[in-house]
Amino acid sequence: MSATVNPPVVFTQDELGWVSWIDPLPETALTERHFAGLVDRARAKSEYFRLLVRDPEVLEARTKTDKDIFYNTADGLPRAERELAAAATSRYNGCIYCASVHARFASIYSRRREDVQRLLDEGVGADLGERWNAVVKASVALAATPIAFGPDNIAELRRAGLDDAEIVDVINGASFFNWANRLMLSLGEPSK
Amino acid sequence: MMATKDIIDMLAGIEPGSALDAIRARRLQARENAQKSYLALFEPIDASDFSLAERAAVAAFVTGLHGESPVAAFYREKLAANADAAALGEAIRLEIERGKTSGPYGAFPAGPLSIENKAGLIYRVSAERKPALGTRLVAALEHAHLLVFRPRDAASTDVKALLDAGWSTTGIVTLSQLVAFLSFQVRVVSGLRTLAATNA
Repeated sequence: MSATVNPPVVFTQDELGWVSWIDPLPETALTERHFAGLVDRARAKSEYFRLLVRDPEVLEARTKTDKDIFYNTADGLPRAERELAAAATSRYNGCIYCASVHARFASIYSRRREDVQRLLDEGVGADLGERWNAVVKASVALAATPIAFGPDNIAELRRAGLDDAEIVDVINGASFFNWANRLMLSLGEPSK
Repeated sequence: MMATKDIIDMLAGIEPGSALDAIRARRLQARENAQKSYLALFEPIDASDFSLAERAAVAAFVTGLHGESPVAAFYREKLAANADAAALGEAIRLEIERGKTSGPYGAFPAGPLSIENKAGLIYRVSAERKPALGTRLVAALEHAHLLVFRPRDAASTDVKALLDAGWSTTGIVTLSQLVAFLSFQVRVVSGLRTLAATNA
């Protein structure tokens, strides 16, 4: 277990580190089964992925789910708004690390860095315009337990111009970050 | 491996050839790998760090905490069908009732975000159910409740508690994945059901 970290105390778009509370596999212990689980061999350098690769089959399937939900932009929701759903979910659940990564991506793809920063500073109630408000509100409703997502969220997304395929991308992106947030928050902590 | 019916389709009531089936087909890799995640967690090639009975019990607890739904019923039946875990069903049902609340809540790191701290239930398994559940499952349920409702409260002492209760490091990774995956699956199903209902 790692001793000292310098944890961030606010939401930020800066690049953060992440330190595991339990032992990742050492790089030298990785077998071909583990590399299959990592999907990208370069992930062997990451403490987070070397921890998750203790269960390689789950990690491989999770990583491929993640990549298709966020990177398959042949159609459906623009990348920026998938990242917005991830950032809003992370802001609401309180995952400073996940929020930093996906707020940064949302800024890059939307070129609306100040709006993204307001989501981080003011929280999920920040007024970001009709379309983004609808995506944030739907993501937050999905993240609540019990789940608060309902027909009103769908109606609001449609009024903002999203078709059903785009709404499914919001559902997938926000739901996926309920998976990611819980891993990042419970297995270690961010560091500046 | 993919012979099993797609669990999300089944739980969300998505029929082959429907509009949502076509939309899900556009994210085929996501769909297939959500299914592979389910299989890797519930039909693993190695269950030595986290038994199938324990997986079924934690899954019934986690999905039950989200409220009654087809997903909760599915995992409750999975628990009832597990020969080793069948006797746990009633204990899990009672613990779900004790553990139900609304989230997310919890504390942020001390600083400007502290004004957003929100207090809520700190769940512990009832003393009378501890003998029936055993040390490992008691620790797993308490950890699962933390992850479901107040993930931002998680600290290194929480994983230490799992290690102390006999969980291996690999077992903790799989337990975390199982709780986190179900947090995803229950939301995808709920979201897709809601969308389908607006088109009915």
